[in-house]
Amino acid sequence: MNRRTLYAIAAPMAALLLALVVTSIALLAGSHNPLVAFGKMLTYAGSKDSAVVIVNKSLPLFLSGLAVAIGFKMNLFNIGVEGQYRLAAILAAAAGAAVSLPAPLHIAFIMLIAMAVGAAWAAVAGILNVTRNVNIVISTIMLNGIVASLLGYLLKHVAHVKNQMRSTTELPKSAWFPDLLHIGKGTRLYGFVIIAAIVGVGFSVVMNRSRFGFDLRASGINPGAARASGVNPKTMVVRTMLISGALAGLIGMPILLSDSHKYTQDFPTLYGFSGIAVAIVGRYRAGGIALAAMLFAGIERASQILPQPPLRAPKEIGTIMQGTMMLSAVVAYEVVRRLGEAAAIREAAAKAGVVAA
Amino acid sequence: MTNDRHGGAGQSAGAPSLSPAIELVDIVKRFPGVVANDGVNVTVRAGTIHALVGENGAGKSTVMKILYGAQRPDEGRIVVNGTEQHFKSPKDAIEAGIGMVFQHFMLADNLTVWENVVLGYEPRRGVQLDADKARTQIRALAKSNGMTIEPDAFVGDLGVGERQRVEILKVLYRGARIIILDEPTAVLVPQEVEELFESLRELTAQGVTIVFISHKLDEVLAIADDITVIRRGKTVATARPAEVTARDLAEMMVGSELPSPETRTSTVTTEVALALDDVTLAGGTGSRPTLSSVSFHVRRGEIVGIAGVEGNGQTELLEAILGTRALTSGHIVMSGQDLARIHTRERRAMGLGFIPEDRQRDGLLLSEPIWENVMLGYQHAPPFANGPWIDKAAARSRADKIVREFDVRTPGIDTMTLALSGGNQQKLIVGREMTSGPRVLVAAHPTRGIDVGAQAAVWDAFRDAREAGLAILLVSADLEELIGLSDTLLVMLRGRIVARLDPATLNKSTLGEYMTGARQDAA
Repeated sequence: MNRRTLYAIAAPMAALLLALVVTSIALLAGSHNPLVAFGKMLTYAGSKDSAVVIVNKSLPLFLSGLAVAIGFKMNLFNIGVEGQYRLAAILAAAAGAAVSLPAPLHIAFIMLIAMAVGAAWAAVAGILNVTRNVNIVISTIMLNGIVASLLGYLLKHVAHVKNQMRSTTELPKSAWFPDLLHIGKGTRLYGFVIIAAIVGVGFSVVMNRSRFGFDLRASGINPGAARASGVNPKTMVVRTMLISGALAGLIGMPILLSDSHKYTQDFPTLYGFSGIAVAIVGRYRAGGIALAAMLFAGIERASQILPQPPLRAPKEIGTIMQGTMMLSAVVAYEVVRRLGEAAAIREAAAKAGVVAA
Repeated sequence: MTNDRHGGAGQSAGAPSLSPAIELVDIVKRFPGVVANDGVNVTVRAGTIHALVGENGAGKSTVMKILYGAQRPDEGRIVVNGTEQHFKSPKDAIEAGIGMVFQHFMLADNLTVWENVVLGYEPRRGVQLDADKARTQIRALAKSNGMTIEPDAFVGDLGVGERQRVEILKVLYRGARIIILDEPTAVLVPQEVEELFESLRELTAQGVTIVFISHKLDEVLAIADDITVIRRGKTVATARPAEVTARDLAEMMVGSELPSPETRTSTVTTEVALALDDVTLAGGTGSRPTLSSVSFHVRRGEIVGIAGVEGNGQTELLEAILGTRALTSGHIVMSGQDLARIHTRERRAMGLGFIPEDRQRDGLLLSEPIWENVMLGYQHAPPFANGPWIDKAAARSRADKIVREFDVRTPGIDTMTLALSGGNQQKLIVGREMTSGPRVLVAAHPTRGIDVGAQAAVWDAFRDAREAGLAILLVSADLEELIGLSDTLLVMLRGRIVARLDPATLNKSTLGEYMTGARQDAA
């Protein structure tokens, strides 16, 4: 195994270890035995049922991680993934319920609407940035606020009420994404896994093998050099925001198409923000983001066992674990990056035969 | 001149018989995998100017950092004014009376001269800053060292030479009696260099000791009392200026023969490759235009040099040609095509090569491997572009070719570019531009901050390309390089071309006069 691979594995492991240490402290502070707690969590999350739930739950996290990562790769901090996916989900749900199409087309139609809405909403921030020099972070955060109000309005005036729950009309069966497999009583693996896998591979290929990906990475690493090489920074900002928004639009789709089949007032939120942590832990790479999404979903699932007797620990312990995981990952990756650079410099200096100044 | 490693300093009949200000004895400094200093012996006589010369990467900077307390030697002794010192930090060095003036100034533009000088060592009256005392002290300090400076001027308004004086005052104010100057003339024009040298002579007359780090040998010979030559981490010789020539020193530095920028016979054709017609760039509101009515052309097989003090529009001129800055008026025509509506990407694909003035800022993706960097600027043109995709194999084979033909010293083409030395990074950029089939090459300071070997390689590449019919526009601060390489030399001052000169009949000091505006005639 070469040094680079070793570092690549060691860093997330170190981060995980640190997260466990901090979580242990939190558990001890609440007079819970960390070893017992971790044991229970592991057993619970390790079951077959849990495995399927974890994969299902990791899908929105994965897509959110990708949406965030593509922007972050070029120092474009799209904090608005949250608003983009929620707005996309409600409009796609409404549009999907309003048409009748044959099965595969119906699903494709809903996904396209979601991606278009997400992209359009993200483009607002992109266009404001290139035409009026408005900071992306600020504008996307404010657009999140607008989405929250907009959703409230839409649910109140457009959606209807059933069992005191406001929601859009339920999608017809033709818009239900087929499941991949069923395990026993009601546990099923979402077919959307296949879409996520395709998106992940596409992300990776575009990033590493396409001219667009090269321009995007160059813009992130060195805007000056990218500009001199003929990359138009404004075009890149708009294009990247469009793609980031389109990916964000997909976040709600596994929930909408495989689970809820309508946009309800308790439609899951905060995936847009969790995606930031997932993208960071996954080092902005498709494979890493997939693992990070599974890890976060796994912690989420495992922490459900904490309030049960005999532990009776708060399940927010899981949130602590996710949070420290992200922070320690940032530190561990930076350490590894520096070690890697130092090693490369030594190697090159030895080869060049000159003494380092 | 002696080749004695322990130096001939201190034995001179004319020198004051004081104990040496600095003695470095058998200094060894290892970095993981590299020995940066391997037996450095330097003796600096008190009240003299001692020059430390050597190629980039020879270990000069390490010596300097050890002397300044920024790094600790693994072996060897540092003796300052007869007392052995073990510096743990630059603060210890300052307390021992050693001050450092860096090549890149460390001044706050929005503070005044006196504020910059006292920063961190402010005179106080109770809890208040005693501004009057600071002003008086600084005036007195400047006067006693033969310098003129206005304490209340904003540093942002000062010229480069004056800023350097502020830096020197800063270390004097902190009580330094030994001043290390790192490449102090790199940023100065010839006239300012002369002023600096006068100040330095005045300082030594006041008993200050100067350690002068440089690779400009003419200047070293003009100012130094003693010279120590470093090669590959070792001090290889000491010399007196009267006893050696610049050529001798250069050969001691490289251990072999010296390259020269001289081009041979003219290869200039009549075919114009790049033409600028009345190019104007407006400045900010109320200020003079950054470029006004700049017109010239570069023919195939011709090198047109642009001389000028930095900040007179050269950077903007290159940006205008590259297309990253929009013209206010005028035309730029390349290969017969007006570039007005052609974006940078297409200009590059048309064969516009570019060597940026700051290779790390504008020319490389440092964290990426070499093979990715060879595409930068040409990622949308064959052979690297394949539909919407990147042809990785083409990039890798081009990288191999560049590493081989341009002698880029690297463990491989997967090495991160930041690991390469400055000279090798520059060879990579030159190789990238030269192998991409350029028709016009725009180059800024192509040999700045690189060692003599890499410099020779870059010059060779320029000469070969010129012979093959490339049109080259060369902006440089190295006057020897400009005079040696150029077929035609233009001087820029305040955004205008103020002189068109024949390099064959020109010397450096005349050129310097044109650059500062001291001499003018029809362009």
